Amino acid sequence: MLELKNVTKTFNPGTVNEKIALKNLNLLLNDGDFVTVIGGNGAGKSTMLNAIAGVWKPDEGQILIDGVDVTGMVEYKRAKFLGRVFQDPMLGTAADMEIEENLALAVRRGRRRGLGWGIRSSEREKYKELLAELGLGLEHRLTSKVGLLSGGQRQAVTLLMATLNRPKLLLLDEHTAALDPATAAKVMSLTDRIIDEEHLTALMVTHNMQDAITHGNRLIMMHEGGIIFDISGEEKRKLTIEDLLDRFRKLSGTQFANDRALLN
Amino acid sequence: MGGWLNALPGAVAQGMIWGIMAIGVYITYKILDIADLTVDGSMCTGAAVCTMLMLSGVNVWLAVLVAILAGMLAGLLTGIFHTFMGIPAILAGILTQLILWSVNLKIMGKSNQSLPARSFDVLVTQLKQWETLLILVAFCAVLIAVLYWFFGTELGSSVRATGCNIGMSRAQGINTDFNKILGLMISNGIVALSGALLAQYQGAADISMGRGAIVTGLAAVIIGEAVFSKVLRNFALRLTGVVLGGVIYYIVYQTVIYLGFDTDLLKMLSAIVVAFFLAVPYWNKKYFVKPKKKGDGGNAGA
Ligand SMILES: Nc1ncnc2c1ncn2[C@@H]1O[C@H](COP(=O)(O)OP(=O)(O)OP(=O)(O)O)[C@@H](O)[C@H]1O
Ligand SMILES: [Mg+2]
Repeated sequence: MLELKNVTKTFNPGTVNEKIALKNLNLLLNDGDFVTVIGGNGAGKSTMLNAIAGVWKPDEGQILIDGVDVTGMVEYKRAKFLGRVFQDPMLGTAADMEIEENLALAVRRGRRRGLGWGIRSSEREKYKELLAELGLGLEHRLTSKVGLLSGGQRQAVTLLMATLNRPKLLLLDEHTAALDPATAAKVMSLTDRIIDEEHLTALMVTHNMQDAITHGNRLIMMHEGGIIFDISGEEKRKLTIEDLLDRFRKLSGTQFANDRALLN
Repeated sequence: MGGWLNALPGAVAQGMIWGIMAIGVYITYKILDIADLTVDGSMCTGAAVCTMLMLSGVNVWLAVLVAILAGMLAGLLTGIFHTFMGIPAILAGILTQLILWSVNLKIMGKSNQSLPARSFDVLVTQLKQWETLLILVAFCAVLIAVLYWFFGTELGSSVRATGCNIGMSRAQGINTDFNKILGLMISNGIVALSGALLAQYQGAADISMGRGAIVTGLAAVIIGEAVFSKVLRNFALRLTGVVLGGVIYYIVYQTVIYLGFDTDLLKMLSAIVVAFFLAVPYWNKKYFVKPKKKGDGGNAGA
């Protein structure tokens, strides 16, 4: 489904701020994989997701989505394959536009946008149902501006937008990190449900070790721009946070340094 | 008082012409979130193109149409500077504005050209105030209707999204560069239209007629929002508010002149008033809104 071959990315090359963010990264995702991604600050997790999304072109290597080489494809074109949810709830939605307008924008991802109406009345019924399933009361607020919603509500809407038009790959970058624990749990269970129902392939970066273990069928650990640990199936299910920290110490030779993870 | 009243229809007409211009500013400043300074040049481009075509015997409607296209071309140039060449939007607009200064001079052949309403079949003129007002109302109505339709379409919605959240737009597969260029073209086409109308109304095109247009446009947008935003929430009505903002601006302007205010100082006065109003939302945020407690992002039960 997704294949990263020797992907390398250096920021600010040739300057004192030079930073090799991804180093010969290789990753193969199978159809239906739900992979959780952990790693210390600056390990390259977000950079990997950005490379897949096409925010910039990698210096070296190849990226294939469902067999299509997208390495040189610009971000907005690549979007037809991808659903994305970001850490900051502000980033995933257009605050000045209505809930239904945001959803209508998302449903047209990957399609030509012409001079037909931006939202048809038949769509509204569908949106109402989908919003009702979120259980946040948003089905009565179709024409509310998204900017009026809470962070958790916005993340839920963003998640809906990312999956409304079934993506080949769902990219979640710490999408519950900015939420309070109760809200985070709610958005997380919603994530599980959608991925399960739609049989999505997903990459989820999280700083929460327990979430990384509990969710998904596979876990990868990143360090200094590469994957140092990749575990799935039964083995993954039996993991504990202690195991993970231990493995990290052995494989990287350093302590696991993620200020947010340590808070948990 | 009689003099003031006599000047009123003229002030309203000019206010509406500037209101049309302000709709162009609204599209870039409010919808695309770009402060586009191209308008200072494209206003005159519209006037110059329309005037020269009419002087050479072209029908007024065709002349206006070509003026609009010329304005769109100016927007295209700014758009290319900004997206393809990566130049910050403000600077891109200033560059085009400077280019247009030369271009406008070349179009007119000298720094001004008169277009006497007695000899030409103009749409709007000081000589026929009431007809002119009717025609301007019709122009505004059609323009607002077309824009209302366009920004409701799939493409138009994606332009609004581009201005609102560019990262999200790309993630949703929207060609944001194309949309910015498109928005700049529409905006400058409208600004050129107002330039073409102003030249007809004043009976002349002048190289400096667009100088500071952005400030006047912003003033109209701000006044329109300040006075009408509570009542006019719908998009079409908000655009109407912008036109009315232009009218209010011009009535105040005319009144200030009537009261004998030193006209040399008028541009300064407008700029200061606009600066003050631009600061209001910033001050509001900084001094009057209690900072939200951190971590209550899910307060609405999510
Ligand atoms: N646009 C950029 N310009 C320069 N450096 C960057 C850029 N993006 C990331 N980096 C650097 O690349 C490295 C990897 O960053 P990345 O954001 O991928 O880390 P991360 O694993 O997501 O960390 P975190 O857990 O803090 O989110 C960091 O050293 C970061 O400073
Ligand atoms: Mg990150």
